[in-house]
Amino acid sequence: MRGNMRSATTGVLQNIASSFPANESLEIYRRMCISRHFELGLVRAVKEKRVTYPVYLSLGQETVAAALSMVLRDFMIFTQHRCHATFLCFGGPAGKLRDELMGLPTGTSGGRAGSNCIQCHENGVTMFGHHGLIGENVPQAVGAALGSGRPVVCFFGDGAAEEDYVVAAIGFASTHRLPILFVCEDNDLSILTPVEKRRSWRFGDVAASLGMKTVEIADDPWTIADRARELKNDLPAFMNIHVCRSNWHVGAGTDGAPEWDRFSFVESELGMLGLGKEAAAVKAESADAMEALWAP
Amino acid sequence: MGAVTVADTIREITRVHLESNNGMLLGQCVSAVGWVNNTVPDCRNIVELPMTDVAGAGIAVGAAMVGRRPIFVVRFQDFLVLNGSALIFYAAKSKELHGRGTPIFVRAIASDGIGPVHSGVLHSMFMHFPGFRVCSPMAPKEYEAIWADFLAHDDPMIVSEHRASFNNSEELDDLVSEDAVITLYPISATRFEAVKAAEMLAAEGIRCNVVHILWLKPLVIDERMTGPLCRSGQGLVVDAGHEIAGASQAIAYQLTRVTGIPVLAMGLSDSTKCLCPPFQNRIPDAERIADAARILLRSKSSGGMAGG
Repeated sequence: MRGNMRSATTGVLQNIASSFPANESLEIYRRMCISRHFELGLVRAVKEKRVTYPVYLSLGQETVAAALSMVLRDFMIFTQHRCHATFLCFGGPAGKLRDELMGLPTGTSGGRAGSNCIQCHENGVTMFGHHGLIGENVPQAVGAALGSGRPVVCFFGDGAAEEDYVVAAIGFASTHRLPILFVCEDNDLSILTPVEKRRSWRFGDVAASLGMKTVEIADDPWTIADRARELKNDLPAFMNIHVCRSNWHVGAGTDGAPEWDRFSFVESELGMLGLGKEAAAVKAESADAMEALWAP
Repeated sequence: MGAVTVADTIREITRVHLESNNGMLLGQCVSAVGWVNNTVPDCRNIVELPMTDVAGAGIAVGAAMVGRRPIFVVRFQDFLVLNGSALIFYAAKSKELHGRGTPIFVRAIASDGIGPVHSGVLHSMFMHFPGFRVCSPMAPKEYEAIWADFLAHDDPMIVSEHRASFNNSEELDDLVSEDAVITLYPISATRFEAVKAAEMLAAEGIRCNVVHILWLKPLVIDERMTGPLCRSGQGLVVDAGHEIAGASQAIAYQLTRVTGIPVLAMGLSDSTKCLCPPFQNRIPDAERIADAARILLRSKSSGGMAGG
């Protein structure tokens, strides 16, 4: 068994936040807040039965999309099933996501696809949705990079990392040196089964053995952004990012407190950077906007 | 210069697509000895996939998602069981779900008599799933027509090829006569056998229509399909794939439903295609098709209905 590297501090760069301009730190936080408050509104809508589709919530995992969307602006996006944060942080219109989750024709896929397969082809964003075959988006991302020559960011979870075709696709990307950043949003859970019960190996070791740079870090957004800036110039590359899913695999319920609360950590860090007041304003603005979006 | 064969047609269509249309071709061992039975040109935009069937299909689908209209070569149709997931679960669903087609041209090549996982004909499986166009061209002009159809639509297309057609340079026109007493509806390589069967039966004084089936999905049941059946009063659909729950049964059912005339199905028996000759479970040949027709006609004359 390889050592378990999962913790809130894995690979986190000390004092990295202070190297970021204030506006960048606040923008990362703003994107986190948009995603967080969108989904808090969604949770209310689910409880009020205004949303009856199954929902896959990003709550607790927002920092990955918030940070990477700051760095990978021109990248095509291939998402996993838990993709609300990705959509919102990379610039997808929140109203269309809401409508999709409500099954309305004004949704991202006309209300036909739902939470786990959100797409975006507007606002300069090219994001392909996921149909539910875990990890299917990884070979698709590879084919899209091969076919277009454009850079791609491909998100998947720690469960998808175990799909044989995911490994094979990443091997192909390495062989052809395709411009793809593979990102494993590792919440340690396949539904409720932890990684250590499923496998004895780390995906980062697999990716490294296939010939690409890899990083294994916790979900500190400044670390994510910093490491992604480094990797985007040497693709393909792989990031394993340890995150905490706050809610059920599917649905709005919870099973108690997550292992760590990155959202609070980020707010504390912003306070230490002297940005507490600005952050509070960002949060209030985001909360108000999303509250209005979900108003009955 | 000899007559243009199906293989020549495929190769030249592919060459134009790759050289002039920014197309792509992906597959395993496509540039190996023989270039897939001389159906693949030696030119740019060919991608050799590693032996990773499931991922390879996903990569081809990804190329389709960014507009390259890839040709995805599956050297043996049986491998579609592995390749199929990306095609079925993404390519065939994207248009209905998202309004964005995923046009990928899947060259699924069938053979016969070379073992349990190299001799299958699996087009029936793809008729079952929504979102595909499925066809089985056996003649040069047919191949040109289905390629034009692919370019005119944005759907994934399963092209059920058969090695038995690659050297064919003849078109396969319907054989219809007013005094026919049975109509055959052959699919894939059984089309060549059905023509021979019709000749054998004619020598016995039994007139037989042959209505070729190129398109499996969408299946158009029009006058061309129903007219000869209504006039002959008997029908038999013949397929190179397994009969049970397959194309032959499905199409026979459709014809029966539309015309009210019982149409029987004939395909492979419900057993594995082994390598040794007695158990190869090969596609219906002319003799078996003719036998089935004779039994059907005897059954009719005796007032009963034969099994397919």
